[in-house]
Amino acid sequence: MTDDALMNDTAKLILRDLTVAFQRRRGGSVVAVDSLDLTVHDEEFVCIVGPSGCGKSTMLRVVAGLTRPSSGEVVLDGIQVSGPGADRGMVFQSYTLFPWLTVEGNVEFGPRLSGHPPELCTRIAKRYIDLVGLSGFEHSYPKELSGGMMQRAAIARALANDPEILLMDEPFGALDAQTRTLMQELLLSVWEQTHKTVLFVTHDIEEAVLLADRVYVMTARPGRIKREIKVSLPRPRTVGVLDSEEFLHFRREVHQSIREESLKVLAAREDGG
Amino acid sequence: MPDRNLQANTRRPAPRAQTRPRSRIVSALDDALRPHEPVSRRTYLSGVILSTAVIAFVWILLSYGGIVPPLFLPSPSDVVRAAVALFREGSLLIHARASLSVIVTGWALAVVAAVPLGILMGTLKFVEALVEPVVDFVRYLPVSAMIPLLILYIGIGTAEKVAVIFIGTFFQLVLLVADVSANVSKDLLDSAYTLGAKRGTVFSRVLVPATLPGVMDNLRITMGWAWTYLIVAELVASDRGLGYLILDSMRGLYTDRIFVGLFVIGLLGLGFDIIFKQLHRILLPWSPKI
Ligand SMILES: Nc1ncnc2c1ncn2[C@@H]1O[C@H](COP(=O)(O)OP(=O)(O)O)[C@@H](O)[C@H]1O
Ligand SMILES: [Mg+2]
Repeated sequence: MTDDALMNDTAKLILRDLTVAFQRRRGGSVVAVDSLDLTVHDEEFVCIVGPSGCGKSTMLRVVAGLTRPSSGEVVLDGIQVSGPGADRGMVFQSYTLFPWLTVEGNVEFGPRLSGHPPELCTRIAKRYIDLVGLSGFEHSYPKELSGGMMQRAAIARALANDPEILLMDEPFGALDAQTRTLMQELLLSVWEQTHKTVLFVTHDIEEAVLLADRVYVMTARPGRIKREIKVSLPRPRTVGVLDSEEFLHFRREVHQSIREESLKVLAAREDGG
Repeated sequence: MPDRNLQANTRRPAPRAQTRPRSRIVSALDDALRPHEPVSRRTYLSGVILSTAVIAFVWILLSYGGIVPPLFLPSPSDVVRAAVALFREGSLLIHARASLSVIVTGWALAVVAAVPLGILMGTLKFVEALVEPVVDFVRYLPVSAMIPLLILYIGIGTAEKVAVIFIGTFFQLVLLVADVSANVSKDLLDSAYTLGAKRGTVFSRVLVPATLPGVMDNLRITMGWAWTYLIVAELVASDRGLGYLILDSMRGLYTDRIFVGLFVIGLLGLGFDIIFKQLHRILLPWSPKI
């Protein structure tokens, strides 16, 4: 068996030749994502890093079914994605808890939609609320929570649907540095317990290397895959790994790669005036 | 002044630790007038009492002091006496009830029609295209300018006044609610989709609840405006209502009764405002606005 065939064997999510162009108001179009290919394997944690504006969010929204690609396809478990669905949970950078529902109500939202009996929904919600360390806050409204707690609840809400893949778009981007580190640890521990397939978008190199089995580096806009880096740090990981020699090695590698792209963005800005 | 700089850095002044002691009033004023800084409940209340007291004082001075004749400015006791008399006659209650029923009916009809339409208009671009040109045009027409037409169509009476309130409220409310629903975060809707919600569910379970705090605010605001339309409606061809009471009192030069009418309108308006704020607190405890 060739390496490629082996890869396809366990492929959970495949993006094939994906291109997304947005029409400009005044005519013309912006190519946000350009013939992008990418594979995520079952139970794998994949991070996408790239300079700001390179099309990461757009790519993720296509996977979620929220944006239609101009060409190419997204295949999940062998079936082509054609719209949003409960099999792809998503956590956004902005705070998206429903303010009129308590933490429990938010986490139950998905299970209730799928028609489970109320007691089961509550049980599911409790399980994931515990998992993200929010027990005791079941009946709090989002306005009573801190940013980090809201994102934890958002993760629990996405997981409560037991999706095939969890999509995360810079979910810790709005948090302060200390909280972000705590959240990364929490996510690592959640992943150890669930082994959920994750596609995680970030511009934070350290975050990507800490979390991922594989890191894809995207080019500046139009976004395509520039490099793929396997992060063979042992699991289970903790933030302790941040100081290790291997970690620094991977970080340097990603950093090199992304630095060239950031410079391109900068140069393009200066050219454009 | 070095101590000034120190204050700017720490924001809150260290109260009594200054080299040059300032008077208490100056420092209290300094505390009370910081942009966007909260003030203590005591400071707030003293502001409320101060403004009320100044108005009362000026009124008392001008009326009892004989500076302005009673024909123009009745004294507080004149107004109280007139209020008691009107209440005894039973006419005050009749007028107030007439006004209330017109206002509540017209306003409620407008709410029932405008809220759903506004939510749709703010959410669906196509509905916006259908509704916006008409609404934008009509809302610039003064309601009073439509009264002759309404009298022609509906005649004089309760229905015509209800129609005045309806027209005055409806077009404004549609736009206000549309703005609220257009400002619902798209990420909120997208989250619902990724949780498995279909379009109808997103509408009923996400979009509608998300607009509630804003809608509630606008219900309160338009109720306030409705009172201004009511008086316009009652000043033209009417035989009861608080607006009529005021107009009728003017004919007989009963200035004290005019003041009674004004006070009752003000108090009813204030009452509605308080009721709406309480309802907001009770019905939407999750609202970030409370
Ligand atoms: N809905 C849209 N309409 C038009 N242009 C868009 C839209 N969404 C994103 N873009 C453009 O596509 C490019 C990539 O955006 P995005 O995917 O948000 O980048 P990233 O998440 O990597 O910062 C940007 O130039 C952005 O302006
Ligand atoms: Mg983004």
